[in-house]
Amino acid sequence: MKKEVGVFFIFLSIVALLAGMLFGSLSAFQFVFPGFFDLLPFFKNRPLHVSLVVSWIFLSAIGGIYYYLPKYCNLPLFSRKMAVIHIWLFIVTGLLILTCYLFGKFGGREYWEFPAILAIPIFISWVLFAFNYFKTVFKKIGQWPVYLWMWATGICFFLFTFTESYLWVFPYFRDNLIRDLTVQWKAYGALTGSWNMLVYGTAIFVMERIKGDETVAKSKLAFWMYFLGLTNLLFGWAHHIYIVPTVPWIRYLAYAISMTELLILSKIIWNWKSSLEQAKKDYYFLPFRFLVASDVWIFLNLILAILISIPAVNVYTHGTHITVAHAMGSAIGINTMILLSSVLFIINDVTKFNFPKIQKNIIRAGFWITNISLLTFLTFLTIAGAEKGILVIENKLSFRAIMQEISPYLISFAWSGLGIFIGLIMTTLPPLIAMFQYLKKK
Amino acid sequence: MSTKLKRFVFWGLFFLFIIYGFFIYTLGTENDGGKRFLTEEAKRGKLLFQEYNCTSCHQLYGLGGYMGPDLTNVISDPGKGESYVKSFIKNGTPQMPNFHLSETDVNALTEYLNYVDKTGISPVRNFEIRYDGTIMQKAIQ
Repeated sequence: MKKEVGVFFIFLSIVALLAGMLFGSLSAFQFVFPGFFDLLPFFKNRPLHVSLVVSWIFLSAIGGIYYYLPKYCNLPLFSRKMAVIHIWLFIVTGLLILTCYLFGKFGGREYWEFPAILAIPIFISWVLFAFNYFKTVFKKIGQWPVYLWMWATGICFFLFTFTESYLWVFPYFRDNLIRDLTVQWKAYGALTGSWNMLVYGTAIFVMERIKGDETVAKSKLAFWMYFLGLTNLLFGWAHHIYIVPTVPWIRYLAYAISMTELLILSKIIWNWKSSLEQAKKDYYFLPFRFLVASDVWIFLNLILAILISIPAVNVYTHGTHITVAHAMGSAIGINTMILLSSVLFIINDVTKFNFPKIQKNIIRAGFWITNISLLTFLTFLTIAGAEKGILVIENKLSFRAIMQEISPYLISFAWSGLGIFIGLIMTTLPPLIAMFQYLKKK
Repeated sequence: MSTKLKRFVFWGLFFLFIIYGFFIYTLGTENDGGKRFLTEEAKRGKLLFQEYNCTSCHQLYGLGGYMGPDLTNVISDPGKGESYVKSFIKNGTPQMPNFHLSETDVNALTEYLNYVDKTGISPVRNFEIRYDGTIMQKAIQ
């Protein structure tokens, strides 16, 4: 296992994704049909879904880093043993968290609902990862490609923001709701940014390998885009709390910083224009296909992100399903597509396993089912959110009346979610089986 | 771009982030309109709010779940108020489980929601949109 630690991370990540999607689908149907599957009520199902999907993102991104560093960057891990301790710590803590949720033991906050004490082993596992990563990459002489910077940033800021998200345990933060909410969402905003750094670093790495061009990851432009992303990670989170009565400059600063994302948007459009022919050529390579899909979702999600950062729009969209559309668009459309690309790249690499034609066709069909279902999923959420925003602000309707009005969209959203789940099963099952056989052999 | 410049930009941003964080932790968030309503019971109610994972379904200031209504101003909402809240917590609804809470816990949760209510307004319904896309909140909702 020591040698295959990266692959083991990836294997677990796919299991977490499928389990997370199962709980997500159940939650979606409980949301629209109250009383559905009462055995596991919504307030237990939702944290199970969120925690498992977040685990998918972390496990697959970390697994990729453990795999790529020794294999492709000529940087043998400083300590394989430490990586093994890392994964066991993750597994044991993860199982404890899932047990807590199943038995209704909470005590934490949104996204980290588990009892606060379980944050300690998570923190330790990340310290081990950070130590191992930096001891490994500092051996590299010469200029670091941008993805090494991005992974380093993701790890450091995870540790920082994860700690910050637990400041509520101190009465100074907990006993002032305005401070508490602000610090909580400051931490969450940057925390999401930190895992995005891990994921986008992976995307650049996979793209570099597919194209066989190492200059892109060391170019001036790549670094300026990285610093722009980092600035947004650090200062662009406050659209979450525009309506919380903090001092106004917090809102103005976030608004101004968020608008710099327009530069990233222009860059994406420019890239498409200039690399269309090459994209067509590589499209038939499965990992590349997932990267192209993520590019489209980045484009759509960025437009939504920029719009909801404008206070006059945010006042209508905040607290509505548009926020969910934004979160799901990032988690599924961007992060999952990039990470699936990385997973497929690694599986091709380790197993030298050429999927039989039928399995390739299943993955391709899964790809389309996931993406089409995601499009309908986000469309219905956006319509439901926009209608809710107008009904709350302009028509001042009650919660019950609003839910009745938007319920057809929410039912369609739940079915689309099931479509995403089916698509992801089709996409990930052949790689999961291949990986299981590979690990068994080893 | 030289490594020296990269390090300079990175540490520069990090340094600004620390200063920014300091202001957020202090001056940026010191205005708590509900401070005098934060009784010991309300503080306990906040922890109960977390223990029963109320946020999986409910929102405060539009942050949280979507299954139930935003509870920021449920106490001062005409036609709702304390007894309405207590009755929901005690009995549950088809959507909301009955957690079989003790009288003391129900009171603590209500007291916490009373504190939340005094801290501000959500959702913001009365506002003016400015030319630059920002909004000006008006006092009367």
